[in-house]
Amino acid sequence: MEKQILTTKNVKLSYGDFEALHGIDLAFNEHEITALIGPSGCGKSTYLRCLNRMNDQIDGVNISGEFKLHDTDIYGENTDVVELRKHIGMVFQQPNPFPMSIYDNVVFGLRVAGVRDKAKLDEAVQTALKQAAIWDEVKDKLDQNALALSGGQQQRICIARALAVSPDVLLLDEPTSALDPHSSRQIEATLLQLKEQYTIITVTHNLQQAARIADRTAFFLQGDLIEAASTKQIFMNPEHEQTRDFITGRFG
Amino acid sequence: MDKIRESILTTSRASKLERRGKIISLTCLGGICLVVVAIFGFIAYRGLMTFTSDHVSIIKFLTGTEWNPSVSKNGAPLVGALPMIAGSFLITILATVLAIPFAIGTALMMTDITPKTGTRILQPVLELLVGIPSVVYGFIGLTVVVPAIRTVFGGSGFGILSGTFVLFVMVLPTITSMTVDSLSSVPKDYRSASLALGATRWQTIYKVVLRSATPGILTAIVFGMARAFGEALAVQMVVGNATLMPYSLVAPASTLTSVLTTGIGNTVMGTVQNDALWSLALILLLMSLAFNLAIHLIARRGAMKR
Repeated sequence: MEKQILTTKNVKLSYGDFEALHGIDLAFNEHEITALIGPSGCGKSTYLRCLNRMNDQIDGVNISGEFKLHDTDIYGENTDVVELRKHIGMVFQQPNPFPMSIYDNVVFGLRVAGVRDKAKLDEAVQTALKQAAIWDEVKDKLDQNALALSGGQQQRICIARALAVSPDVLLLDEPTSALDPHSSRQIEATLLQLKEQYTIITVTHNLQQAARIADRTAFFLQGDLIEAASTKQIFMNPEHEQTRDFITGRFG
Repeated sequence: MDKIRESILTTSRASKLERRGKIISLTCLGGICLVVVAIFGFIAYRGLMTFTSDHVSIIKFLTGTEWNPSVSKNGAPLVGALPMIAGSFLITILATVLAIPFAIGTALMMTDITPKTGTRILQPVLELLVGIPSVVYGFIGLTVVVPAIRTVFGGSGFGILSGTFVLFVMVLPTITSMTVDSLSSVPKDYRSASLALGATRWQTIYKVVLRSATPGILTAIVFGMARAFGEALAVQMVVGNATLMPYSLVAPASTLTSVLTTGIGNTVMGTVQNDALWSLALILLLMSLAFNLAIHLIARRGAMKR
């Protein structure tokens, strides 16, 4: 059996009186890609954002349940959120590079962590950009504004930026939904390479994408986790009627 | 066939209305342009009289330190505007520099630190501050700030420093509300991305939010300076109105606007005294043009960076 890096038990989340997640039990294996699928508003993105505590900023949010990265409690009293986020990185739906140079974008996480050594930063930039498969395209213009790049390139800069901090887990919130099919395919190829070194959890609306890249798939519906299994099983032989309906496009 | 032909070839009611609307807007626009050109022309015409008909050299006007238009010396009246120019710039710069940290701090409070209470309490407060007439500010300056400065620094209490404090309160809401606009136009995604990379909230504000908002904040500062430079009444009430070089911040001094407001009613059109005041007005006008130009330049450079 694979080693589980991130486990969650009985995760509940509510905004005021409204409960958005009704007790999710889900665990993630190391060096695998897990896809979270489900119709809009089913809670998959909300769940994803619990994992690196991005929901903390929202007023009136109440989160309960057990979250563990290895054996450490993510919501523990002594847990430093800032440190936690260095271990669990995140890439967002809209490519959101900062309005600064490509170089400054990629080293941002290292700089805020206090790394000042130029040689170290240079090396990290090269490694991260290579991992995100964009090094060849930008190596000659690292001091150019990242916003001048195309959407797909920007998203890969964002991936590189998240990788530069060397996280253990990479969360992706619909990373390709704002991109054209060609750029999406490039990002998918990048993710497949990255799983050698990282554990990847991605939310996606694109079922084919989940089928192409994910090792495991979890199906969410109205704040419940209906089914989580190997991608093959979910797509070929799901246990639940609702999963089958969703996969075959009968709703969602 | 003929029906279609007829309906296409006659001008419809809607098209007539359209043309009429266009004519009305153009007339209004032309009227406004005419007024602006007339103001510029008139001020320039009167302002240049000092140099053309009263034979004052421009250099002497800008660098002279003695202001006494009714007295002539060596064939030309004593109209050295440097004390007022220096006074205006000093008060403007000091008030703006003093206001910047407060404005940015308040704006951050409203957008990033406590957005809820920030917008609920600070927003109305700011709007109120903008709405207070400048004579009220001047009056408060006269009864509170001037005596306070007198007690602390001695002297009469009138001077650049009192003007600075009064103007500081007056430009604060301008700079703050424009800084708020600029900070809230920084995409929320930038903040999320920065936090997700392990930056603290302060690092996020400092390295991402403020940095992305810099062009907007600079524009806000220049707007504040323009307002400070042009403010007349409140400054005139606390600055002391002595047309002397401001050798000390707590000594009575004057600004371009304060000399204009005190002097313009006491001179006769066409006299040297009156012409000299128009020249001061011309400088004011040119300065506000310069501020406007600066705002446009900053905005354009900011737009290019994005």
